[in-house]
Amino acid sequence: MRRNHLITVTLSLMTMAFLYLPLIGVAVFSVNSARRGLVWKGFTLSWYTKLFENEWILEAAWNTLVLALVSTVIATVLGTILAIGMDRFPWSKRTNGFLDIILHIPVVIPDIILAAALVVAFGLLRVVSSIFEPGLINMIIGHITFQLAFVALVVRSRLVAIGSEVEEAARDLFASNWYLLRKVMLPLLMPGIIAGGMLAFTLSLDDFVISFFTAGPESQTLPLFIFAAVRRGVTPQIHALSTLVMLITVVLVVATERFTRSKEKE
Amino acid sequence: MSNALLSWYGELTTRGRLLKRGSALLMPGMLWLMLFLVLPGLVLVVVSFATRGAYGQLEWTFTVENYQRLAGFSLFGWTSDYLIILWRSVVVALVTTLVSVVLSYPLCFFIAARSERSRYMWLTLVIIPFWTNMVIRAYAWFLILAPEMPFAKIAAFFGFIPDGMPLYPNAFAVYLGMVSMFLPFVTLPLFASVERIDWALVEAAQDLYASPVRVFTQAILPQTMPGLSVGIILTFVPAMGMFVVPDLLGGAKYMLVGNLIQQQFGSSRDWPFGAAISMGLMVLTMIGLHIYRRKGKEIEYV
Repeated sequence: MRRNHLITVTLSLMTMAFLYLPLIGVAVFSVNSARRGLVWKGFTLSWYTKLFENEWILEAAWNTLVLALVSTVIATVLGTILAIGMDRFPWSKRTNGFLDIILHIPVVIPDIILAAALVVAFGLLRVVSSIFEPGLINMIIGHITFQLAFVALVVRSRLVAIGSEVEEAARDLFASNWYLLRKVMLPLLMPGIIAGGMLAFTLSLDDFVISFFTAGPESQTLPLFIFAAVRRGVTPQIHALSTLVMLITVVLVVATERFTRSKEKE
Repeated sequence: MSNALLSWYGELTTRGRLLKRGSALLMPGMLWLMLFLVLPGLVLVVVSFATRGAYGQLEWTFTVENYQRLAGFSLFGWTSDYLIILWRSVVVALVTTLVSVVLSYPLCFFIAARSERSRYMWLTLVIIPFWTNMVIRAYAWFLILAPEMPFAKIAAFFGFIPDGMPLYPNAFAVYLGMVSMFLPFVTLPLFASVERIDWALVEAAQDLYASPVRVFTQAILPQTMPGLSVGIILTFVPAMGMFVVPDLLGGAKYMLVGNLIQQQFGSSRDWPFGAAISMGLMVLTMIGLHIYRRKGKEIEYV
């Protein structure tokens, strides 16, 4: 282990303070009893209890959760199948290159371009079917589109890592395609699938741009609600809501870290 | 050719049968990506050549007018407004990436030098903002820079801003927000490389009286290139299209291309122009990535 120079330590601590100072500020003012303004007037938790009485916020929280869960499940299933299809078959170099480019598009273009493309495409598809009115279904489709690519990339790297030996052994013992998939591949792939699914879930919770472009009046999510609220002026309720979302993020991050670390030890 | 027997992952089969099964597996995912990624992308290209009707509807009269407008040509002559916004977006994305890299190196060295237990704690502390919703983090800056908070008061004391005014909207607030937004995007992948640095090489360089600059460029930089590349791409690409931070902290005075696109799909309801700007952003991002990849390769050869 190397020792750090004093400058390195100071700079690092200042950088961490720079990352956390604003977040701590929000948390502090979420327990401040002043109704308006940013003057400390004493401790209270009433803004948190008020959150659970606000129908708008409850509905936004529900939408956020439905959006994240539905899109994650679909994207994980589709992404896993796609990854197996890409990695385990003798595709020509050109096909492989083509598939690779398609899969990397959502990773290397700014998300606002995907959002703009979806708005225009949904706008035209609306003539065909009313499913494509702005709203939750459109948001789910948008989220799946970028999640799918990330899940497929994660699962594919796991496929490469587990190699071919176990599958060869299973074939030698006369495993059928279906048996091989169910009893050999999926159990071996599970850590990759779960990691991909967690990534997809967090990407969905984290997304603002795709939701902002494809949402309808009935499908507010928490990030959209907060964004709209800031433009109307900040309130202690928004501090409380933001703090709550941050706490949930902390729990999710710590849980994911625990999971990946325990898998590494295996 | 496709009838010849071959052994593939232990299975005795023909190429044709394998590809048939493979296609069936590729089908659902690829169909989805074609339908909701590639097709909308192509539609966006087509729409960028269409015309906006009087009520914001699309009219299929094809013209290059949207691109001319983006380049600044209008009925009233030439203005640089849109080009300035495009240029500003590139500069903001580059500066954000650069500052994030400069701050990430010491932070990575610092975390790498911790004991194993506290290293995970520090890493988790970097991961938490990484996954905290962008809107919340931008809003947090909005709060911290408010007139009642110490920073605005100090700035007002020194006469940078009028008394009782917030520290936004301005370029400074945008940079603060952008760097804090994207710093973890560089730190995390960079750390994966810093953790694996062979310090013997660094010490060898120091023993041979290399200047600190040479130690960095020739002993540390090449070893951390893989993580740094990922970090730079993860920062530069989304920074180019960012619109939450400039919207909350930059206002109309410091618009970026993301805000411009959002405006066309929102209040202005001018899809063809919005599509044309999106194409402009796409081209700029691709140029950026291309230059970077070429430069990146040169660095590897050094």
